[in-house]
Amino acid sequence: MKGIITLTVMNRPGVLNRITNLFSKRSYNIESITVGGSEQENISRITVVVQVQNETEIEQMTKQLNKQIDVIKVTDITGQAMVARELALIKVTASTQARAEIYSLIEPFRGSVVDISRDSLVIQITGEADKIEAFIELLRPYGIKELARTGTTAFLRGTQRSQGVKNISIV
Amino acid sequence: MQKSALAECKDEVLLKSGADILLESLKKEEVELIFGYPGGAVLPIYDSLYDAGIPHILARHEQGAIHAAEGYARITGKPGVVIATSGPGATNIVTGLADALIDSIPLVVFTGQVATGVIGSDAFQEADVLGITTPITKHNYQVRDPKDFPRIIKEAFYIASSGRPGPVLIDVPKDMAVLPAQAEEEPVINLPGYQPTTTPNYLQIKKLSEALSQAKKPLILAGAGILFAKAHDSLRAFAEQQNIPVVHTLLGLGGFPADHSLFIGMAGMHGCYAANMGLTDCDLLINIGARFDDRLTGNLKHFAPNAAVAHIDIDPAEIGKNVPTQIPIVGDAKEALDLLIAQEGGKPESSAWITQLHEWNEAHPYRYKRTSGKLLPQYVLQLLHSQTGGEAIVTTDVGQHQMWAAQYYGFNKPHAWVTSGGLGTMGFGLPAAIGAQLAQPDATVAAVLGDGGFQMTLQELGVIAEHKLPIKIIVINNHALGMVRQWQETFYNERYSHSIFTSQPSFVKLAEAYGIKAYEIKTEKEAEERMAEALSLKEPVLLDFHVEQMEKVYPMVAPGKGLHEMEGV
Repeated sequence: MKGIITLTVMNRPGVLNRITNLFSKRSYNIESITVGGSEQENISRITVVVQVQNETEIEQMTKQLNKQIDVIKVTDITGQAMVARELALIKVTASTQARAEIYSLIEPFRGSVVDISRDSLVIQITGEADKIEAFIELLRPYGIKELARTGTTAFLRGTQRSQGVKNISIV
Repeated sequence: MQKSALAECKDEVLLKSGADILLESLKKEEVELIFGYPGGAVLPIYDSLYDAGIPHILARHEQGAIHAAEGYARITGKPGVVIATSGPGATNIVTGLADALIDSIPLVVFTGQVATGVIGSDAFQEADVLGITTPITKHNYQVRDPKDFPRIIKEAFYIASSGRPGPVLIDVPKDMAVLPAQAEEEPVINLPGYQPTTTPNYLQIKKLSEALSQAKKPLILAGAGILFAKAHDSLRAFAEQQNIPVVHTLLGLGGFPADHSLFIGMAGMHGCYAANMGLTDCDLLINIGARFDDRLTGNLKHFAPNAAVAHIDIDPAEIGKNVPTQIPIVGDAKEALDLLIAQEGGKPESSAWITQLHEWNEAHPYRYKRTSGKLLPQYVLQLLHSQTGGEAIVTTDVGQHQMWAAQYYGFNKPHAWVTSGGLGTMGFGLPAAIGAQLAQPDATVAAVLGDGGFQMTLQELGVIAEHKLPIKIIVINNHALGMVRQWQETFYNERYSHSIFTSQPSFVKLAEAYGIKAYEIKTEKEAEERMAEALSLKEPVLLDFHVEQMEKVYPMVAPGKGLHEMEGV
């Protein structure tokens, strides 16, 4: 299963190294990790997407992360109502004939074209990982020349619904 | 003009070098002793140390310094302090850091580093010490401004000795020790991410108390957490109040008196039959300050299959890590035990259970057979126990002799057993004995070593001789790496690949070269006499016991087996 953990950490030298070190030391598999600023000065926010066997494993991960002195808070948001977004840049081969067809795919996915050259387009798309994967699959037949994904960043929604109701993304 | 000149002058008075600030901060932490080894990058620190008034023990290798600091910390409960230089000095302490982390030993370790201007340029004696030590320290720092020394050192001592203790490393670039700075008088600890829970949850305490009143076969598994929390008296009071038998982990030995009627023995791979059967058969297991290590539990599928598990630990990550736990109690062992004692619940009806455990102990005690005419290692450990009345501090290396020491040296008091458990570090015993003896100069300290481990750190005989430390060095010499040899005999068809020493120096002559009295011993009679003589002398003595090579440590839970499937019972 896929788990999502968010962390707030002190913005100090080496802190990312501590986190990734811990994952490799305990042989946890990171699918993606994103780091950036938060609403507080000197505090960064990290979102980690991990592949785990079961919930015990993710609980152990959370506890080990919590033991790090520079880690202020760890939240396992797996399965909770959250806003999760990823950005992808996709350079796709686009002959003049195919161009219109590609444009028609971009619109429903709310992607945007950020660069055009004679034989290719660069498309920017944001959303949950599933949506981005679906979009990439649609583009694949045209020929993907380059692909860069940022990895997921996420936090909990302001309101948590009762358990069992799957949250549906509105974007 | 005049005023500003005065102000400048005043500022100058307050400026001190980073190294001076460092040592003043150590004095504030009441550091009595530093273990270390100088080198280029720590020259400024050693220059300040020259007349700082804190005693320094010069080891003969940095690994010796850090193991000595571990021995000191185990006995005193206070962080051991180590200084090593940059590059090789720092990499030489790596084993000790890993050892201290896994066995929760508080240390504050300073390493030199090349000057900030050349960090990252592969300068002489440069190593990425922060990178190397991040996974094997509780926390580490690199000083980037000399005025931070007081805060960093205060935080380091706090982190090392609070919560679950562990090693903290401070990397000091050479220029940071030289630059003048104004030291903060009252540094403020700034650790929003570090707030160890010490007070247990009252509802969980109540739950355990209720479970106890229902239990028929309760059992306490006491680990080294008892010793770190100084909870030995509370443990005894609780066990006696509730009439609960106690088994120990290897590292917990001494937390509960070995001669107490409720003490069943050590559990685990080479633990006693009654303790292991107790763990298998109990209906309520109360783990206090142990981490359910694989050498203790055996195959987890067969571990305590009928028991409700309560686990008291200051480190929440240990609870539920290896064994599913029904009653998790995060907190200090002593606080938890004192709360439990104050509960007004019914006592478990445990007398039949205790009788059963004692019967198992009587039927299957630790035993050995005198078959060959040769001296047996178990006999030597029994002799050490009887001649010291179980009152000595015992340090060990790792392997067969360590297990025999754990089996045959019954510890009646806490803080007297210094061994490398989790990491299993050969070469630990001799330097650890140095730290232990310095911590308690009047105590009898016995360093029980194998001939393999002794040869890994025997250069520290120099320290023992220099400071005339009256350590009794007990070498259990079977001319082999005994535990490796035993496993090769049992699991690898007697193919003794590189486990037998065909050549060995005379340890007696070696000790004598250091000016240390030494004897080679081959018979029980010699053993008795020389042991008595050594213990009566206020000076170091090395006793080289030539013992039967083929002797094996029994009983044993083979790897992959459950605790109830013991061999050689």
